[in-house]
Amino acid sequence: MKDMNMETRVLIQPNKIEARNVQVYYGDNHAIKDVDVDILDKTVTAFIGPSGCGKSTFLRCLNRMNDTIASCRVEGLIKIEGEDINDPRVDPVQLRAKVGMVFQKPNPFPKSIYDNVAYGPKIHGLTKNKAELDEVVESCLRRAALWGEVKDRLSAPGTSLSGGQQQRLCIARAIATSPEVLLMDEPCSALDPIATAQVEELIDDLRSQFSVVIVTHSMQQAARVSQRTAFFHLGYVVEYGETSQIFTNPKDPRTESYITGRIG
Amino acid sequence: MKASSLLTQDPRTKKRNSAEKRFRGLGLTAIVIALAMLVWLLISIVTAGSPAFRQAFLTFPVLVDQTIVDKAGTRDPALLSAVTTLGYGKLLANSLRAEIAAKGIDLGDLKPKEIAQMISEESAATLRDLVLADPSLIGTTIPFTALASGRIDGFYKGRVTMETAALDKNTSPAQLILADRLLDADILSVKFNTGFVTMPDASDKRPEAAGLGIAVVGSFMMMLVVLLLSLPIGVAASIYLEEFAPKNRWTDLIEVNIANLAAVPSIVYGILGLAIFINFAGLPQSAPIVGGMVLTLMTLPRIIIPTRAALKAVPPSIRDAALGVGASKLQTVFHHVLPLAMPGILTGMIIGLAQALGESAPLLLIGMVAFVRDFPGGLFDPATALPVQVYSWTTRGDPGFVERASGAIIVLLIFLVVMNATAIYLRRKFERRW
Repeated sequence: MKDMNMETRVLIQPNKIEARNVQVYYGDNHAIKDVDVDILDKTVTAFIGPSGCGKSTFLRCLNRMNDTIASCRVEGLIKIEGEDINDPRVDPVQLRAKVGMVFQKPNPFPKSIYDNVAYGPKIHGLTKNKAELDEVVESCLRRAALWGEVKDRLSAPGTSLSGGQQQRLCIARAIATSPEVLLMDEPCSALDPIATAQVEELIDDLRSQFSVVIVTHSMQQAARVSQRTAFFHLGYVVEYGETSQIFTNPKDPRTESYITGRIG
Repeated sequence: MKASSLLTQDPRTKKRNSAEKRFRGLGLTAIVIALAMLVWLLISIVTAGSPAFRQAFLTFPVLVDQTIVDKAGTRDPALLSAVTTLGYGKLLANSLRAEIAAKGIDLGDLKPKEIAQMISEESAATLRDLVLADPSLIGTTIPFTALASGRIDGFYKGRVTMETAALDKNTSPAQLILADRLLDADILSVKFNTGFVTMPDASDKRPEAAGLGIAVVGSFMMMLVVLLLSLPIGVAASIYLEEFAPKNRWTDLIEVNIANLAAVPSIVYGILGLAIFINFAGLPQSAPIVGGMVLTLMTLPRIIIPTRAALKAVPPSIRDAALGVGASKLQTVFHHVLPLAMPGILTGMIIGLAQALGESAPLLLIGMVAFVRDFPGGLFDPATALPVQVYSWTTRGDPGFVERASGAIIVLLIFLVVMNATAIYLRRKFERRW
């Protein structure tokens, strides 16, 4: 597998997301503790860590998906381009159009492939007419490397695709609203190695336009696709930095133990 | 010898296997008993009720005699309507006697009054309506099909025999012998009885004329009211409780109460409807609108429960997906969750409607058991309902009504089967994979 991050790494990018002192509680359970993370624009940032360490929870804070969980309470400051996303004036609907999300299990709508991609632009009124919408659907499917496989059956149900195709369809759906940040919650955990490789390649392409944040259980995947990596452990961010540094020269002994397979 | 062999079962395994065998046997017996009961029920209803769909008719030309129906010869509507069904009965009897004489059929020792007794009193009323609607018929001879009386009708369905006729003051063996001769002469015929589902109810003495018409119309109107009220209210309440309401003590309380309401005996809803809709709101008694609203109250919890279950069964990943692309809560529910829950909602809806259709107890309390002869023109006119009609027929003395009640049960069952089949069809049609 080719190593994408070393030579193509963009070192100097402005901060897209700034998280300061973020705390998340599920009822009485303190799940995320004092997390400070800056996410760079046009960069792939990986969150790694053992199960239950809070990496998915933190990811879901970034587009306020945690709002849908009644017992969940988020504290601290999360800014996207300088704007506090937890400000009472922010409508999560607008935020989620700006911060797209791809989930662990491919979850296409039980509608046609076309409608899956067209849904976001439709509800946000991004296109004026059918021709424009067709264009958006095609370009998104192309960018998700799915166009060639589905262009003759756009009216087939999205659920009729294979797992890897479904996940790429979900990515196409997520980028159809032209988000600025793309959150991916273990996007490859339900996929076979070939589909995984396709999705990883896609993630690397997406980096040219979006800031991508990916949660993964696979350290190899983090090393392959990301430029920056954060290691979560027991709700804390133990270490955050350049992917190459995290994997070759971790500063914290806990990071080293995790990477070498002693904890997790 | 080996300690254990796979080829022989040890005592524990034997015990477990025989326990399983016993359980299978019990389950199979239970199913066989249930099926046998069902078959028995169906056979008894069909054998008792199918005669209601056949009917003995007397077909003969009727001379609309001006000397009886319009003595003055003025065609004055006021004078015409002064002639009661008794006069028209005489007309029918005279014409039947004339026809018998013309065909040369042996009357035996039957008196004219006994011949008149063979024609249903209902037919005189039918003829009267016909003549009043078209006075030009007076003085002419018209072909007419009259209902045979209940006893003659029963003779052809095995309900009346020579022996019972000898003891019955409403008929005599001589009438039955004449009926057989009329049958040979093609004056009397036994045909399919469309009147059973189109005619209104008839009085105690005329089972041969009793029909389900008003009950069918009344039930249909009530189902319309139930559908129009309970579908939007039930679905809206379910969506709110399932998707929008905060989960706290109040919503828990509401949830428990909805579950309890579904188990409240239906007659309690009848008392509630009587108190609120009739005594307090002053709506008319026996009206389909009140019946429909009472049944709506009864059906609502029974619709809300399956609808909430159907909403709950939609995978959360679909909600996440919709919210993730920036759909609002309302868009998520209406674009994605509701379509996926539709088969479950429709099934619950139709099963709720079917229960409402078969319900009689609450309707008795709001007066829908009344004897209604005029077809309702709207939701506020008196009507009856199918199950109530079954109930009221079974309480009447004439054995002809027993057959009618069973026939009405068949009609009710057909409606229920059609509704349940629709539920299954809709479920299949809307079911989608995710």
